[in-house]
Amino acid sequence: MKTPPETPITSSAAMIRALGLIAAICGIIIVGVYEVTLNAVNANRKIALERQVFKVLPGAKSVQAYDALAGGIAPAGNHDAPAGAVRFYAAYDAAGKLAGIAAEGASAGYADQVRVLYAYDPDKQVITGLGVVAMRETPGIGDKILVDQAFLQNFVALDVALAADMKTLANAVKTVKHGTKAHPWEIDAISGATVTSKAVGRGINESAQTLLPKLLPNIAQLRRPS
Amino acid sequence: MSTPVSNFDEFMDGLWKQNPIFVMVLGMCPTLAVTVSAINAISMGLATTFVLAASCFLVSLLRHAIPKEVRIASYIVIIATFVTVVDYAIQAMSLDLYEALGAYIKLIVANCVLLGRAEAHAAKNPPLPATLNAMGMGLGFTLGLLAIGAVREILGAGALFGISLFGPHFQPWVIMVLPPGGFFVLAGWLIVFAAFRMRKTRQQPSDTPSSAGANA
Repeated sequence: MKTPPETPITSSAAMIRALGLIAAICGIIIVGVYEVTLNAVNANRKIALERQVFKVLPGAKSVQAYDALAGGIAPAGNHDAPAGAVRFYAAYDAAGKLAGIAAEGASAGYADQVRVLYAYDPDKQVITGLGVVAMRETPGIGDKILVDQAFLQNFVALDVALAADMKTLANAVKTVKHGTKAHPWEIDAISGATVTSKAVGRGINESAQTLLPKLLPNIAQLRRPS
Repeated sequence: MSTPVSNFDEFMDGLWKQNPIFVMVLGMCPTLAVTVSAINAISMGLATTFVLAASCFLVSLLRHAIPKEVRIASYIVIIATFVTVVDYAIQAMSLDLYEALGAYIKLIVANCVLLGRAEAHAAKNPPLPATLNAMGMGLGFTLGLLAIGAVREILGAGALFGISLFGPHFQPWVIMVLPPGGFFVLAGWLIVFAAFRMRKTRQQPSDTPSSAGANA
């Protein structure tokens, strides 16, 4: 019987040395690129966010991010919102007056999460605009939520007033079957795109239910822009 | 290597003879997922080309320092490094593009064209031919993605590179930008290439076609 040719045995030390060398080289490359691109990435994020907020709040000229925590609201840092907190954006007009609030809602749609950004008017306690942050809905069907004028009419003055105890919404935002909208807190679904329409309603409802009870009692804090 | 291969041949290898998409049928995950438009296809292809060339260069440079017992781990770390680099670079250049390509930039790590090239070519060749071969493969991959992406965009959106081609009365063939469209168009191109190869083998009976591999 033929024995297989003797393979030289690599010592553990050599393997560890090689892996260590590669890890060091790769670590330096990654950290270097991260440092170099950090400013550009942050600037891009800010521009993208402002563009989205300005779309739902046409009068806005500047944006400030805040976190709604259990005890009140605080300006947001550079990182993601801490656990339990809701991130929202206070938008100010050219004169420095509060132009409105924008916040994100997300819910599972037909293909993936539908992430929407809605504009909130704290004086009238209504939602005044809707934009889409990210979605992978079917082109020509689900993505109509962006362009369908009748659907967007739902978000001209969608009622999200708080109940008397300031703990929940007086009426939960609800998506109803196309053509059956009867109350200002209902969303008239797009016929044929009910799943996506419902995702929008659910996303807004969940977000508003947690955010608004924390936000509205502290709204005076936001009236003085930083 | 038994016969010396010229640098030009190294480069052209992946571009045509061993095209990763149409001949080797490798890396099908991004091929089907991101080719909804020509611009996505090119961006994905170029990102892959960069990762491929840079990681093959480094693998080739370190080929004597890497013991074969830990080579796969080493290659994956090197590939993942350059994928991270591309990930940051695209975020810095355009967030819209970053959103459009989504998770598929990170999934370049799992593209078997990359590990395949590192293992089969870069680990056995000096840096220059290894990099040239990787660039050829990457550009061949880009070309394949573009061929699929262009057809899908023209049929599914009536446009090419975002420029409308047929005017407002064109009814887009929506299924072409949905996942099934990717399979249809890929199959169409594979038929074209298979027919082309068959004709060639009939002309030169001694020339055997290269074998196809698994996908990613």
